[in-house]
Amino acid sequence: MINRLLAFFGRHIDRHLLAAISALLLVGLITLYSATGESVARIGGQFANIVVAFILMWIAANIPPHYLQRFALPVYLFGLLLLIAVALWGERVNGARRWLPVGLTRIQPSELMKVAVPLALAWYFDRYEAVLKLRDFAVAAVMLLVPVLLIAKQPDLGTALIITAAGFYVIFLAGLSWKILVGLMAAGAASLPLLWSVMHDYQRQRILTLLDPNQDPLGAGYHTIQATIALGSGGFFGKGWLNGTQAHLDFLPERSTDFIFAVFSEEFGLFGNLVLVTLFLFVIGRGLFITFNASTLFTRLVAGAITLTFFTYVFVNMGMVSGVLPVVGVPLPLISYGGTSLVSILFAMGILMSIHTHKRLVKS
Amino acid sequence: MLFRLRIVRRLAARQERDPIVLGGSRRAELRDHQRELHNFQVRLAVCASVVLIVFFLLLVRFFYVQVFQHEYYHTLAENNRISIVPIIPNRGLILDRNGAVLAHNYAAYTLEITPAKAGDLEPLINELATVVDVAPKDRKRFRKLLEEGHDFASLPIRTRLNDVEVAKFAANKFRFPGVDIRARLFRHYPNSDVASHVVGYIGRLTQSDLDKLDDNGLAANYTGSDYMGKVGLEGRYEADLHGTTGFEEVETDANGRAVRTLRSTLPVSGNNLLLSLDARLQEVAERVFGDRRGALVAIEPSTGGVLALVSKPGFDPNLFVDGIDPQNWDALNTSIDHPLNNRALQGVYPPGSTFKPFMAIAALELGKRNPHHAIFDPGYFVLGGAGGHRYRDWKTGGHGMVDMHKSIVISCDTYYYGVAQDLGIDNIHQFIGQFGFGKRTGIDIDGEATGLLPSQEWKVRRFPQNPLQQKWFTGDTISVGIGQGYNLATPLQLAHAVSIIANSGVIFKPHIVRHIQDSQTNKLTSVEVQPVGTMPLRPENIQLVRDAMVDVTRPGGTAAAAGAGAQYKFAGKTGTAQVVAMKQNEKYDERRVLERHRDHALFIAYAPADAPTIALAVLVENGGHGSSTAAPIARAVMDFYLLGKEPPVKHDRDDESSEDD
Repeated sequence: MINRLLAFFGRHIDRHLLAAISALLLVGLITLYSATGESVARIGGQFANIVVAFILMWIAANIPPHYLQRFALPVYLFGLLLLIAVALWGERVNGARRWLPVGLTRIQPSELMKVAVPLALAWYFDRYEAVLKLRDFAVAAVMLLVPVLLIAKQPDLGTALIITAAGFYVIFLAGLSWKILVGLMAAGAASLPLLWSVMHDYQRQRILTLLDPNQDPLGAGYHTIQATIALGSGGFFGKGWLNGTQAHLDFLPERSTDFIFAVFSEEFGLFGNLVLVTLFLFVIGRGLFITFNASTLFTRLVAGAITLTFFTYVFVNMGMVSGVLPVVGVPLPLISYGGTSLVSILFAMGILMSIHTHKRLVKS
Repeated sequence: MLFRLRIVRRLAARQERDPIVLGGSRRAELRDHQRELHNFQVRLAVCASVVLIVFFLLLVRFFYVQVFQHEYYHTLAENNRISIVPIIPNRGLILDRNGAVLAHNYAAYTLEITPAKAGDLEPLINELATVVDVAPKDRKRFRKLLEEGHDFASLPIRTRLNDVEVAKFAANKFRFPGVDIRARLFRHYPNSDVASHVVGYIGRLTQSDLDKLDDNGLAANYTGSDYMGKVGLEGRYEADLHGTTGFEEVETDANGRAVRTLRSTLPVSGNNLLLSLDARLQEVAERVFGDRRGALVAIEPSTGGVLALVSKPGFDPNLFVDGIDPQNWDALNTSIDHPLNNRALQGVYPPGSTFKPFMAIAALELGKRNPHHAIFDPGYFVLGGAGGHRYRDWKTGGHGMVDMHKSIVISCDTYYYGVAQDLGIDNIHQFIGQFGFGKRTGIDIDGEATGLLPSQEWKVRRFPQNPLQQKWFTGDTISVGIGQGYNLATPLQLAHAVSIIANSGVIFKPHIVRHIQDSQTNKLTSVEVQPVGTMPLRPENIQLVRDAMVDVTRPGGTAAAAGAGAQYKFAGKTGTAQVVAMKQNEKYDERRVLERHRDHALFIAYAPADAPTIALAVLVENGGHGSSTAAPIARAVMDFYLLGKEPPVKHDRDDESSEDD
């Protein structure tokens, strides 16, 4: 009976991914306990988030990929509508218009788009699989850029960046010609000065700060400086759990969310980083394996985009905390505190699992 | 909703239909499925490589920061975390020879503003004034401190808050960011202006003080200190009094709140100064001075210890402790009485007739006079034979036959004009220089003047530009013989010199601090009381002068009135110094100017004459004659010191001069 129940619930769950994800979530809880000043309440909250996210992951894993394919465009269009609604009627929180009030609660449509955009693009390429022409890539580019611009305008640079990356991965894997790719990169490089001129002052400041954080050590450079100090002072083996001085004496800002990696790195050192990076690599490697073995273009593109987006989260966050990338609000997946990002990441992981476990059904 | 579902269904249907519906022309564009898959796999491999390269680069960065630069970031983290809080040591006490306190510390609350954290100061202070009293004086002082550029530190807006004020502020503290109550130790001088010039005062550390300390490598010990000794013993013995600053290593969070103490090094209190000064004697001396201007220095001849050192008028050193307010500062600094000057060792005056005993000893020792040889004094001395320049004696008509004993007792000028001429200036300079004239005594307070005992060489140096003025004239020597002319001495030098007579030639260095008491062990380090030299005087010569000085205070002597009824043998010598012109830039005030044209009165003395325990010099500025104003002060001081007799209540500053000197 129990075995049959387990078999039912575990049928579409990839055990390798599940193990790595659980290990990372455990590391996250341990670090969070330290980062929140040993707050049991916050751990409880995060645990509740994990439970909800796991349920959604299970649901996603049990949705056959062709259903996702079928709903990709409607969900994308629905998300787009919501984004427009946010731009018109969104709630302003800390100067950014990201939330849409819905009855008693409020939702953040950009979070939905993180999954909807790659799904829609993958649907589009799968739809015209036989005849991919330059025009198709142009359509894909428009499908990507419209929501990205809406989100960047909110402004929510971190999410816009992640969605751009996700969309780009789909387009790249779909076979955008190398020539165009190189051309785009050249054009991008050439337009950097233009980009600079249209940037907000605070955005320019972030980039300048990255080049020289000590320019404004108590203002724009503070995050980078304090995070790098936390990392560097951790040394090889770290200061030990709950012993990070940078974290426990409030020097690290946003230490339970975007900068939680600094807390981890201070307390567990380079050794801890190696373990953590290995776990992340395992998840990414497993994702690439699933991508490699996916049976249709749609599932290949979706699996690839999910895996590489996950990778983007990891390296952007670690790069930002270790002071080699500018400070953008990107959490460290599975480690940072926060329900929304956890739910969308585990939902994406569920899709990966679904792609892996449904392929025989599709094939047969 | 229904509409949307229909769209979805239609799209899905089309998708399934498409491959079948496609016509031949499109079929040609169909790509090889295997090639398509291969292309995808190549791209996936590219992505996997990018993933590995990026993670490798991240790990390189981690290695660089966490291993290579670990030391550097470790230091930064420690600096973040640990702040060093200095603990200011208790300043050493200053006690007189009987243990009476002259300077001590007490703890009090101050209200302090840290300008860097406080924002706009004027409105803040106005707001503060609604909670605790802030006098205009406090505001002025605060502004002054601010101007001195202390804006990094916290500056007191109010000192010595009482308990009610502390409670009131504490309840309203949230309204005043950057304002705190601190408990601080304050210096206090309980005797206020008594001995103010000896004790001196401490004041706020200025930037130039800090620079100086930095040059001497002492700045670290002054971390957190707000004060340092400036003047008097407080200034001179700063190194002993200050103590060693302690440190507390405190772990602080990012908001600067102390979390816990990691380590502390206790401060070491400053050492106490035990003086040879007798505070009661000092107080008596100041009392008998009344409101006259002048100085008195009393020395214990057997040690050189200073028993009293008076400079009148004095000031209240307590005014300086918190940083003196501009009003009081102006009052002290611009007063024509110059209360801040320590007349006892900074004021130089012609010694007048108090110089004669030293001239007598020189004449005897150098064989220029036979003590029993008498001259006839017609009331003047003629230089260079008949028709030469006449130098007048103070007594018109002269003293008649005068030998050496009588020359001192009645203070005969004519006698010493001749002695000076016979000795010559260079002999005078050389021999009398041994009594300490013309050089600093080396007392342990800064600012001592050199005085002047002229010589031919000095005059050449004095007028380097004009060779005509460089020549020494015999006439110059004649004036020097009675302590006038170029002669200048400080009251301290006179007291020092007379104590050498009292000691029959044994010289001790005058000093105020007798012992330095270690604050930790209470061990006393004594200031050297060994004689620094002995003048090889023939006993009969010094005895003759000493006997004559005793007769000065007896009937027939110039200080007979002051010596009347003394219950001990009392040796002295009166003196009067001419004030030629106003020395200082005084405001023109007819009434005062006349008074300030009067002669200075001097008196040197020691007692008991056979075994002296006290030697002193008194100077009263514009006091007229030594016998009438200076000698009675000396007598009162000695009566108190030797007999414990309290002086009569009040002395009038306008004592009429009698016929003497």
